[in-house]
Amino acid sequence: MRLKIEKRLVPSAWLKVTVPVCSVLMAFAIGSLFLYFQGVSPLKAYTVMASSAFGSAYDLSETIVKALPLAMVSLATMSCFTMLLWNIGAEGQALMGALAAAAAVRYFPMENPFAMLGLMALFAMLLGGLWSGFAGVLKARWNVNEIISTLMLNYIAIRGLEYFVYGPWRDPASLGFPMTKPFIDSARLPTLWGTRIHLGLYVVLFLTLLMWFLLRRSRWGYEIQVIGSNARAAHYAGMNYERSVVLVMFFSGAIAGLAGMCEVSGLEGRLQAGFTAEYGYTAIIVAWLSHLNPLVSLLVAFLMGALMAGGDALQIMMGLPVATSTILQGLILFFVLGGEFFYKYKISWDGGR
Amino acid sequence: METLTPILAAAVRSGTPILYATLGEILMEKSGITNLGLEGIMLMGALSGFVVTLSTGSPWLGLLFAFLLGGCLGLLHAFLCVSLGSNQVVCGLAMTMFGSGASALMGRNHIGVAISGLHSFPLPGLAELPVLGRVFFNQDAMVYLSFALVVVLYVYLNFTRPGMNLRAIGDNPKAADAMGLPVARLRYFYCIVGSGLVALGGGYMSVVYNKFWAEGMVAGRGWIAVAMVIFALWNPFQAALGAYLFGGVEAFQLRLQTAGTPIPAPLLMMLPYAMTILVLLIIAVGKGRSILLRAPAALGIPFHREERD
Repeated sequence: MRLKIEKRLVPSAWLKVTVPVCSVLMAFAIGSLFLYFQGVSPLKAYTVMASSAFGSAYDLSETIVKALPLAMVSLATMSCFTMLLWNIGAEGQALMGALAAAAAVRYFPMENPFAMLGLMALFAMLLGGLWSGFAGVLKARWNVNEIISTLMLNYIAIRGLEYFVYGPWRDPASLGFPMTKPFIDSARLPTLWGTRIHLGLYVVLFLTLLMWFLLRRSRWGYEIQVIGSNARAAHYAGMNYERSVVLVMFFSGAIAGLAGMCEVSGLEGRLQAGFTAEYGYTAIIVAWLSHLNPLVSLLVAFLMGALMAGGDALQIMMGLPVATSTILQGLILFFVLGGEFFYKYKISWDGGR
Repeated sequence: METLTPILAAAVRSGTPILYATLGEILMEKSGITNLGLEGIMLMGALSGFVVTLSTGSPWLGLLFAFLLGGCLGLLHAFLCVSLGSNQVVCGLAMTMFGSGASALMGRNHIGVAISGLHSFPLPGLAELPVLGRVFFNQDAMVYLSFALVVVLYVYLNFTRPGMNLRAIGDNPKAADAMGLPVARLRYFYCIVGSGLVALGGGYMSVVYNKFWAEGMVAGRGWIAVAMVIFALWNPFQAALGAYLFGGVEAFQLRLQTAGTPIPAPLLMMLPYAMTILVLLIIAVGKGRSILLRAPAALGIPFHREERD
């Protein structure tokens, strides 16, 4: 008897569901070891996490509030990942979107909420798109590695935002906190049902359908899929790789920028340092876990939102670092990556001699 | 020159963690494996090095432990990327998240504690050289070790049989396999040693450079090291040049801040990151497409013996 590994011709469908579920369970199991050896009761920690994510209608609404930017940013990254363009700069693009929206409020304040929000969205998408499109141009024209350039742009964006909120845009009444003045009312996205869930919810739902259509049903989506799976074939078919890179990068940056604008306009109502809580990186996991399927990403974003809400609760109620929940995120990703092997390959015992 | 030498000496010190991480990544990439988890591995190295130094009182034990822990994380990366053929980019991201989360959780009770760490000593003979002596040869042992490592790796990669084998498995694993080289086993080996060096860079930050632990203290140096590999075109000497250049920007920026310049701190802190992009751009424009020729040809592509294409 010996172990035999065969490539599956068709990836197993039911494993596509069981692998992620088992991955989450195993990540929590390993995570509990970490907590246990740190002298923290895993049972208590997970109970705190679960109850703060799903415990009441209010908790649930807060989980959705956290899931909204995750969903939106993961949608933003999907078009890039589909063509194997590793844009990990959604964090910086979202920050730039928020910065541009705040600039619109500061320099062009308007009473009419439609005009104000419209201008903010326009600014946000433009700057987010340019921030990412810049990396796209570097990639297309000079083949500069986009992983590095988008990452460095993240750090530059963080410092850029700090410059404004610590410097010229700081609210004198903020008692030294790095934040701008509160936005005027017309610059706030309305909230729904008396919760903190804002109109961004509808934006997310609309974008989900749009992305699904673009990626799965449109000519453009088909093109970037072909480029992603076989760049050479795409080239021979007359598809323009360089143009697609710039376009896709701009497009994904624009959506990430919009996500940043929704966050400051719908939730914070002002620009402040560190408001993204590194959504940009978590969203990459969301995109990957949902197999770049926009419809699935809604569900995954919700679960990741729950994990983040749980991380906050661990800090507030148990005094643990917020980053504790990123252990779980990393572990889930490890197990999913490992698990993907099982639906690409079949393992069996070879009974013969 | 009198005012410049302390800044240059500081540049070497603050470039050293980046140098270790860059050398580690060069080893991995030469074997055909990209590891983007440097940030997470460095954080784990920084924490473990600090904790062991704190509890045993020996910085060398701390650094050794950091190296070993890094090797374990490299083993995990190799298992996922070599044996299971996982996506190396996503795997690196997972490593970064896991490392930053785990180090934050396990280090939460060690914030604000100081250790004595390693001390500088002049290297006999060389320390008296004008300027160079003060910049390079009045440092701590880990800096001297990194000099040696640069030379050893350069010779190993270019002039030894195992070094040629290493380049072969990264450039053409199929041919290397036909030659009888154990591609998978070698990739495992270089992932483990490379990640160990990366973690040693993290350990240097907490045990020698800062002498304390702080959550997220690596602050993007892991990612800068990934960029440095391209800047260095996989050459250890150019890696040292790049690392010190970045250390220089950092030291210069700190000096400007303490001197009370009118330039706001956030703008100064953008410098290393902006410079990374600029450097990549200059290399890419200067060398054109030939940069691709210098990269290990099979970088990032999983290799399975059984598969034929």
